[in-house]
Amino acid sequence: MSAKSTWIRPYGDTENDGKVQLSFSLPMPLGTLGEEAAKKIALQMGIHDPAVVHAEALSDTFSFYIIYGRAEHQVDMTTLHAVETGHHVMTKEEIETFIETHFQEPLVFVGASTGTDAHTVGIDAIMNMKGYNGNYGLERYKGIKAYNLGGQVDNEVLLEKAIELHADVILISQTVTQKDVHIENLTQFIELLEAENKRQDFVVIIGGPRIHHGLAKELGYDAGFGPKKYAFDVASFAVELLYSRGVKIKK
Amino acid sequence: MLNKLNLNQETIQGCRKYAKDIADQMQRFIDRHTTVAVERTVLRLLGIDGIDDFGRPLVNALIDHIVKQGDLSKGISHYLGYAVHDTEETPQEIARRVANQKLDLSIYKDLERCPYLEELMPFFEKTLARVDAMKKIRSTWIEKTPKKTTPNKYVIVATGNIYEDIKQAISAAKKGADIIAVIRSTGQSLLDYVPFGPTTEGFGGTYATQENFRLMREALDQVSEEEGRYVKLVNYASGLCMPEIAAMGAIERLDMMLNDSLYGIIFRDINPKRTLIDQYFSRVLSSHAEIIINTGEDNYLTTSDAFDHAHTVLASQFINEQFAKKAGMKESLMGLGHAYEIDPNMENSFLYELAQAEMAREIFPHAPLKYMPPTKHMTGDIFKGCVQDALFNITAVSTHQSIHLLGMMTEAIHTPFMSDRAMALNIASYIEKAFKDFGDDVLYRPDGIIVKRAHDVLHHAHQLLSEIKEEGLFKALEKGRFAEISRKEDGGKGLSGVYLKHDNYENPILDLLKKRLKEGSHER
Repeated sequence: MSAKSTWIRPYGDTENDGKVQLSFSLPMPLGTLGEEAAKKIALQMGIHDPAVVHAEALSDTFSFYIIYGRAEHQVDMTTLHAVETGHHVMTKEEIETFIETHFQEPLVFVGASTGTDAHTVGIDAIMNMKGYNGNYGLERYKGIKAYNLGGQVDNEVLLEKAIELHADVILISQTVTQKDVHIENLTQFIELLEAENKRQDFVVIIGGPRIHHGLAKELGYDAGFGPKKYAFDVASFAVELLYSRGVKIKK
Repeated sequence: MLNKLNLNQETIQGCRKYAKDIADQMQRFIDRHTTVAVERTVLRLLGIDGIDDFGRPLVNALIDHIVKQGDLSKGISHYLGYAVHDTEETPQEIARRVANQKLDLSIYKDLERCPYLEELMPFFEKTLARVDAMKKIRSTWIEKTPKKTTPNKYVIVATGNIYEDIKQAISAAKKGADIIAVIRSTGQSLLDYVPFGPTTEGFGGTYATQENFRLMREALDQVSEEEGRYVKLVNYASGLCMPEIAAMGAIERLDMMLNDSLYGIIFRDINPKRTLIDQYFSRVLSSHAEIIINTGEDNYLTTSDAFDHAHTVLASQFINEQFAKKAGMKESLMGLGHAYEIDPNMENSFLYELAQAEMAREIFPHAPLKYMPPTKHMTGDIFKGCVQDALFNITAVSTHQSIHLLGMMTEAIHTPFMSDRAMALNIASYIEKAFKDFGDDVLYRPDGIIVKRAHDVLHHAHQLLSEIKEEGLFKALEKGRFAEISRKEDGGKGLSGVYLKHDNYENPILDLLKKRLKEGSHER
């Protein structure tokens, strides 16, 4: 027997058979033409001998297909790299345990959608009980006190509230980005923090559909989170940074 | 209906008595207050619609004007009564002029109780005539629709774009859905205004606007014609604009409205006073428009453990029932909610779910119970998810639930694809056939797990209701009795929109609706 190959393919019931299943809908009526379209799409995806094992109409203009076939693609395991995120992402439960283990008292998060921005979608997705896409928001985390101030909160009011509530973390959401209004607003908040000599008192995080980590760092924030990021992403980052800064930690 | 669980009728009556006391206490508070949302609803019922040059709804422009320069505690009808009398213009024209700062209604602020309210009645009557016409269309359709004894299959569309939603809704209806709900955009519940016009950019859902309601109803009417059965439409009368959306739904012939007395408080951190006052007016409107409400007890189980906190669901159902009665609602419109959310790793979880569902059916025999699918313990394993949903479907069919919200195998992954919904409908239809009369054919062992569980849950609900009765509902919310979330009476969003009614407060449309509902209930 030769040494085991480092190349792998999907496995059905025999090594290297490449067997996969997929299902999708097409915006066309059910019929032989639809099946042909489905097979052709599978072929273009690199699936050989696609068999439409099931097809049905979803409406007069949509149809659905289940296909089995053999994937031609294979990967060399020695060339794989797991994508490293900037920080260790924990689950809600891990974060709760992390807080319980390392911190003396609950961590306070204050968040808002600031400036003229009335969109609270982002901040609600991160903070509200219900969360988003099945990922609960910070309000539901044990060991976190979350205060969601809502939309159109002035930078001055946000800072005032953060001081009053003894915030450890400030979260700012920006959804509207027309004419770079968000850049101006975010810059102003950092300037305000610095003018009041408060920058080091808080972990400050921004989020929104057009926000990314690079932009956040450039503007002077600790982190930035874009689309498809949930409460656990934000909280993982924040609790680790607070821990490394020694805020509220158990002695 | 057969009494299979042999529940203690005295305990059930005791629960109803406590719940009634809880609702009575709260109703005294509600009757003394109004909110900006209630008053905006009055304006909508006067026929005011549209937005100003800044995109602000005219009803908001008018209420903001009175909040800033007048005294809203007298009710908006006070001002409109005078204005219609003096200007001889329609409420719509008056609103437009106020929004453009061409008319100042604060001049009526200190005048005596408005003697011209009668002049508003033709405008209210015009809206009510439209609502009555919608009721007639609905009841004609329902008569034409073949009757069935199995639950109505309910699915959700949530693309964010009303035109895309329509395609998905048509597909679902063709696949056998009886009810289509359009999920709202995340965050709409916290908007203190209702967006205007058709919308194509929502987040995790589509904005509830009157035009979106109309577009979807029109599409479903078309598909109802094609299928020869009435397909019902659902939206959300919840959040800071709860009663306004109830009014819009009545005008555009929605058939059901999510409308819980406590959901917004607990899960959206909306002020308790605001929500309780708003839910009352919303329910009066829905009662009049014969719109089925859906309550949101299922949500408690997404935070609390479904096994340990099952009694909080039942207790809340009793409370929602009494609040609905306060609003003159018939039992046939009370879609009390519950859910299949016990951890699938628990032994005998199916038996406990069956017990809870059967119990709800027996305690609320005439209510169109709304049964929600597993969500909390759906994992992304779509294959196992299909089986979880199948067990839920079996429970729904065999315990005769009324409104059966189908589970999606892709729950916890994405808002459903058109095909996810179609698969869910196929599976549910299969189970609907296979288990059609199963529930009527089996009895439960009197000393078995199912019967015992139902008795336990009822007992604990009775205990909880007696405690809430003593402490009052506000205190109970503060203690986190529901979903283990604490909400303070004066906390949350929207408190600034709550007003203690002035001695001269007027709300002629609420008075009229209450009168008609009372007459209606005498006729029945």
